[in-house]
Amino acid sequence: MSSRLMALWDWFDARMPSVREQWNQHAAQYYAPKNFNFWYYFGSLAMLVLVIQIASGIVLTMHYKADANLAFGSVEYIMRDVPGGWIIRYIHSTGGSAFFAVVYLHMFRAMLYGSHKKPRELVWVFGVLIYLCLMAEAFFGYLLPWGQMSYWGAQVIVNLFSSIPFIGPDLSLWIRGDYVVSDATLNRFFAFHVIAIPLVLLGLVAVHLLALHDVGSNNPDGIEIKKTKGPDGHPLDGIPFHPYYTVKDIVGVVVFLGIFSAVLFFVPGMGGYFLEYNNFIPADPLKTPAHIAPLWYFTPFYSILRAVPPLFNSVFPGVAMMGLSTLILFFLPWLDRAPVKSIRYRGVYYKTALSVFIVAFLFLGYLGTEPTNVWGQSGAWLGKAERATVAARVFTVIYFLFFLLMPWYTAADKCKPEPERVTM
Amino acid sequence: MKKLLVVLCAPLALAFGSSAIASEGGYRIERAPIDPTDLVSVQAGARTFVNYCLNCHGAAYMRYNRLTDLGLSEAQIRDNLMFASDKVGETMKVAMSAKDGKEWFGVPPPDLTVVARSRGADWLYTYLRSFHRDPKAATGWNNAVFPSVSMPHAMWTLQGEKGLEIIETKDGEGHAHTEYRWSTLSEGRQSTVQYDATVRDLVNYLVYMGEPSGTKRKLIGAAVLFALVVVFVFAHAMKREFWRDVH
Amino acid sequence: MSEQKIDKKRRNLVVATCAAGGVASAAAAVPFVASMWPSERAKAAGAPIEADISKLQPGELGIYEWRGKPVWVLRRTKEMLDSLKGIEDKLSDPESDVPEQPVYAKNDTRSIKPEYAVLVGICTHLGCSPTAKPEPKGEMGADWVGGFYCPCHGSKFDLAGRVFKGAPAPVNLEVPPYAFLSDTTILIGEDKKGA
Repeated sequence: MSSRLMALWDWFDARMPSVREQWNQHAAQYYAPKNFNFWYYFGSLAMLVLVIQIASGIVLTMHYKADANLAFGSVEYIMRDVPGGWIIRYIHSTGGSAFFAVVYLHMFRAMLYGSHKKPRELVWVFGVLIYLCLMAEAFFGYLLPWGQMSYWGAQVIVNLFSSIPFIGPDLSLWIRGDYVVSDATLNRFFAFHVIAIPLVLLGLVAVHLLALHDVGSNNPDGIEIKKTKGPDGHPLDGIPFHPYYTVKDIVGVVVFLGIFSAVLFFVPGMGGYFLEYNNFIPADPLKTPAHIAPLWYFTPFYSILRAVPPLFNSVFPGVAMMGLSTLILFFLPWLDRAPVKSIRYRGVYYKTALSVFIVAFLFLGYLGTEPTNVWGQSGAWLGKAERATVAARVFTVIYFLFFLLMPWYTAADKCKPEPERVTM
Repeated sequence: MKKLLVVLCAPLALAFGSSAIASEGGYRIERAPIDPTDLVSVQAGARTFVNYCLNCHGAAYMRYNRLTDLGLSEAQIRDNLMFASDKVGETMKVAMSAKDGKEWFGVPPPDLTVVARSRGADWLYTYLRSFHRDPKAATGWNNAVFPSVSMPHAMWTLQGEKGLEIIETKDGEGHAHTEYRWSTLSEGRQSTVQYDATVRDLVNYLVYMGEPSGTKRKLIGAAVLFALVVVFVFAHAMKREFWRDVH
Repeated sequence: MSEQKIDKKRRNLVVATCAAGGVASAAAAVPFVASMWPSERAKAAGAPIEADISKLQPGELGIYEWRGKPVWVLRRTKEMLDSLKGIEDKLSDPESDVPEQPVYAKNDTRSIKPEYAVLVGICTHLGCSPTAKPEPKGEMGADWVGGFYCPCHGSKFDLAGRVFKGAPAPVNLEVPPYAFLSDTTILIGEDKKGA
């Protein structure tokens, strides 16, 4: 660097040293374990997708019309008439799905290596809040194209709230601001999607990172690197995040962008999973499409909703179970009683439970994309029930048992001794 | 770990393997032999579209001058394809009002700009070839793919009139089978082979119109992936060089 | 390998990666930047217009909208054309040297046919639309030969849109590209029909 630039930097640094201090605290002198593996890319990738979504979202906001009569046309306007508009729109629609893919893998990493366990409970709790925010963001955003799936998806979800005892009907009316999903609903969902939720999301991401950097990162061995420090006071198994993990994450970013671009440019609709076919039909309040399903990232919870039978002529039990299935994530740090963190040193109980849980979660996700008669009907011994509904019920029970039985099977697990130092 | 991944991928494979669009009537959907890069075919389809579809259906998001994508000049577009509008920058609006459409057909004819994206090329290709005479229907027409369709056969002078007999049978195990027996009531101006080609061109055009940037999209995508490979080579080398420090 | 050699290799790799990544990022920024240019709809709305001037009486000013801007067509009488002569020393750019007009309108009357002045009715100062004051003298003072007066900041133009000295407007009024399709129809916004 030339001496003039250095002088400019010194001038700046003398007046605002906190930039350098923050950089050191969170990058140059933030010591991260040196044994991060593949699973540790998804945190930085989630940040990348957030930036991508904000940048593409700003451009879309310049051209989109939040008006029930104009919304559908304005999306096609972006796709056809705005220079480069179709790329921006596909970036945003692919980014929505990519966000969930990355966040699900990020959460799975935490469950693999016990990143939710003490002392990182707050990191996990803020992470779950981010996930809930993301779901709200996706839900509000999905109404905006004002296609048939947008419309009826919003209709169904808002009506879920009306099943809440006593306050339900008024609550859903208040959310919609009308007796049906309408222009008023579209306008407020637009406000939530472009301003309210993103602000909360950014705040939560900051808190998530601060909480993480206060306690330090976990690692695939699940041991605390701060326990073994060298003479310089830095963890012996730690390396400065910058440059080592910045250069490593750049590689991850490039690979991710390759996959992202492959989807964006070659299969932007992902066969109806990222952009649903029926959403290319403008919203029609008088006609529901034959088969409606939420986008893939909501389908595990949608399956749980459908699996729970109505009780006392109310669908509220299903709604409550769906709500619980996300809220139960908050309690994971306290449900997990194992003395070790990483799956490498856990016993067979947790390994089995986690595998079965993931299979159940993925099957719930698959079943949620299909009508309940997809697997036909069972034989007479099950009362000719729809096979898919029976399966969804079994998987729902497994989903909840994974959490509810966790205090017992994690405590009873035969764990292996943890090493003193990380293994590469 | 590896085994786990295989198990985890099973539902995904299941999900992507199953086809997402099924016909409402159970009639077999044929694969549309279209090729969006065949500009001659797309141009022919555009001509069929403005002659046979645009009278009742609009394409409100498609601008006439966008057809320059197909290698046509604005003068060619104006002289050969524009009947309803006079400015090439205008969209393909329909002359008929939605109210008239509702009166004549029971439902206003839907806008067709993105019909290929909601229905899919295969459905359209089969649908446009599956109209048949039906004395019970108000318009005198019905469709094997879309039973009780409101639209009469717009291209019947080309295809001629078909008859269809649907025979429902049950086999020994009680499974229902549906057999479709087609008959020719009158010949059209085109042979079956010619009519299939007309429909293929039309569907080719509808697919193009559903996403005019579709062909360009893939070209840009190839360039983007190539650029990312180049960046990857440097980024990977940089990472390896720095990580020599870490033991 | 010596320390220095490693450092040099690293620096080269960092520079190479930054360069490749920078080029890729710049390319990725293209659609974001491009999206703010006029869309196809805006371009279609800004397409050339055909102005029917058959009903324009001598001395009358017709106002047409092109790209959301007023375009004036003034059918000049002989007296009006005469008023353009002999005031050259009062004008900033009497010869229309500043390219505010197509080449075919760089002449004494700033027009294709002297009878018809075609001007974009937007003041070249800060974008107000001047008012026509075609009558000489009167409220505009004894020197006034007839022209346009901008109410915002007092710029004055003659009946060919040439700016008078001392006005805040720096250059003459813009002459849009135009062509006569027939004696009574002007195409505004394009030189000739069909490009």
